[in-house]
Amino acid sequence: MKKTELLQGNEACVKGALAADCRFFAAYPITPSSEIAHRMAYELPRRCGIFIQAEDEIASLGAVIGASLAGAKSMTATSGPGFSLMQEHISFASIAEVPCVIVNVMRGGPSTGVPTHPSQGDVMQARWGAHGDHPIIVLAPSSVAECFSLTVEAFNLSEKYRTPVIVLSDEFIAHLREKVSLPSSDEIELVERPKPAEPPEVFVPYRDPGTGVPPMPSFGEGYRYHVTGLCHDERGYPTTRADEVEPFIRRLFHKISRDLDKLQWGETYYTEDSTLNIIAFGSVARAGLTAVKTARAKGMKVGLLKLLILFPFMRRKVTQLMESSTTILVPEMNMGQISREVKRVNQGRCHVETLNRVAHEPIMPQEIMHKIEEIYG
Amino acid sequence: MARKKHVIYKYLRTTKRFPSIWCPGCGVGIFLGALLRAIDKSNYSKDQIVLVSGIGCAGRLTTYVDFNTLHTTHGRALTFATGIKLAKPELKVIVIMGDGDAVAIGGNHFIHAARRNIEITSIVINNGIYGMTGGQLSPATPLDVETISSPYGNLEPSFDICRLAEAAGSSFVARSTVYHAGHMERLIGKALQKKGFTMVEIISQCPVHYGRQVGLNSAVEMMKWQRDNAVTDDKAKGLSEEELQGKIRIGVLVDREIPTYQERLENLKESLKEKAVAL
Ligand SMILES: Cc1ncc(C[n+]2csc(CCOP(=O)(O)OP(=O)(O)O)c2C)c(N)n1
Repeated sequence: MKKTELLQGNEACVKGALAADCRFFAAYPITPSSEIAHRMAYELPRRCGIFIQAEDEIASLGAVIGASLAGAKSMTATSGPGFSLMQEHISFASIAEVPCVIVNVMRGGPSTGVPTHPSQGDVMQARWGAHGDHPIIVLAPSSVAECFSLTVEAFNLSEKYRTPVIVLSDEFIAHLREKVSLPSSDEIELVERPKPAEPPEVFVPYRDPGTGVPPMPSFGEGYRYHVTGLCHDERGYPTTRADEVEPFIRRLFHKISRDLDKLQWGETYYTEDSTLNIIAFGSVARAGLTAVKTARAKGMKVGLLKLLILFPFMRRKVTQLMESSTTILVPEMNMGQISREVKRVNQGRCHVETLNRVAHEPIMPQEIMHKIEEIYG
Repeated sequence: MARKKHVIYKYLRTTKRFPSIWCPGCGVGIFLGALLRAIDKSNYSKDQIVLVSGIGCAGRLTTYVDFNTLHTTHGRALTFATGIKLAKPELKVIVIMGDGDAVAIGGNHFIHAARRNIEITSIVINNGIYGMTGGQLSPATPLDVETISSPYGNLEPSFDICRLAEAAGSSFVARSTVYHAGHMERLIGKALQKKGFTMVEIISQCPVHYGRQVGLNSAVEMMKWQRDNAVTDDKAKGLSEEELQGKIRIGVLVDREIPTYQERLENLKESLKEKAVAL
């Protein structure tokens, strides 16, 4: 029987990381993410893992990448200002194809902003904050249970695609306590990075095996290969040749985009006959669902799509919903970041309405309901 | 007569075509030779060594050698090295940085790695300038020197990188120059054997971006300057304060036994085992 626990979102992230066999954690304290570090500092040494409080967030992610290259599944956690400091190394992990997980518990910005209040202001930073054209995977939990499951999945995706994965939580979810029953370890499927089948003498470290994801030996396993943030050829050596750089960068994108159909992680509620549909993520999706239920009770045909993965953006699922909608409503705790993505894929299919909040207070179901009634006329 | 192949060929990557990116007269190549000879004399295998570098001319060194190699970001090499060493302590982690890399953009990581006394051999190749980006001043550029970013002369005093490492808590601190190739090799060898955080500063030359600015017009002139201005401990004893002004102290400057991060970590693991914490 599953054990039912009362857990906070941040604690569930830690449990997810441990369930995914995270062996290394480095971070610099910042509210509202600190509980993740506190818990990791307690749990990892007891499990012969490593916890280190780094001198800053740049060092946190640097150490995480180093540990991952040495073969340890690794994670860091932060919030807005620290997330900004990590961007250079997110870029590095992306081009050097080093699996790692970054939890960003969003708080009100810009800058030091409203430190301990919820926000969803880092959506585009998660997507485009790091320099250079790079692929990224961003997951967004909307409950304590999802903090657990999506952290496990973040590790799985990062290992599978050899890429950094961002878990974009928010203060509301991070500090929320809910009753959850977590799966036992035999119910959790873990993915490990691909390993070379061939011996070191004939191993070509960055050759595409057909999946777009080259096998990855750990340092010390006898493969002695080169890892660099410079654009590199199949052997890992710096190149500026257009005929090597172009296919290389395209492979980085393609290794994820070829699986786009498998990455349409969204949950729909009441969308069988709905014509007004809400698209939301994170804590706002909860308010969205309550509003939908209220609207349904009043006989309104309203539905919800909750996004669990923000990037790569689930164009297929979203456009499907648009086909049957007259209006899409996108409530979010920012000035309109995911709604830009929605509008980008909409291409005139339906009407897109937004509901934004930047006062760093949660969006209430009543507010969404009010907007629904306004749209409904 | 059969010529004996130089020992460094054992460690150069045959799959990477030379020449290197370094300019003629650059000191990094001489340093690389000394590093490889020191490694050859140590008992570390190629598989065991992880060579980590930052960004800059010195940082490019990792490309050419047959170890586990990691070319990181500007100033952050020590952070990656920390992760590697903690995750897999059996690896020998060596970090190569330029002066800007180590004590400008990477200054914070530098002092904290030394403070933790984490088992990493770090080497700072100090050419007194930003080589890679075309000759801007670095925190190791002497006062008054005119560079492309200090056209009226440098207003900032320079760091003594060795004293910085010492004050921050490094187990072992040493300095040499690329002129003193054999001396440099021996110091690197010592650093490789020492527990804890070790730092060797190598005074090197950048004839292209630095030499010309200070009236030393070739690599040879710059190396002669190293020869004439470096003083060993023995030599220093015979010189007055005044005579020592502007000289470079070379040799082992700090060699002390202080608990390393790894030792503290092992103790922690043991004590947790004793408590037999139930998971
Ligand atoms: C974050 C960042 N800032 C700036 C640069 C540009 N940059 C590359 S190398 C370098 C300085 C190199 O000087 P030094 O570290 O002394 O090494 P050298 O090239 O002299 O060996 C700079 C400023 C960079 N690559 N990354």
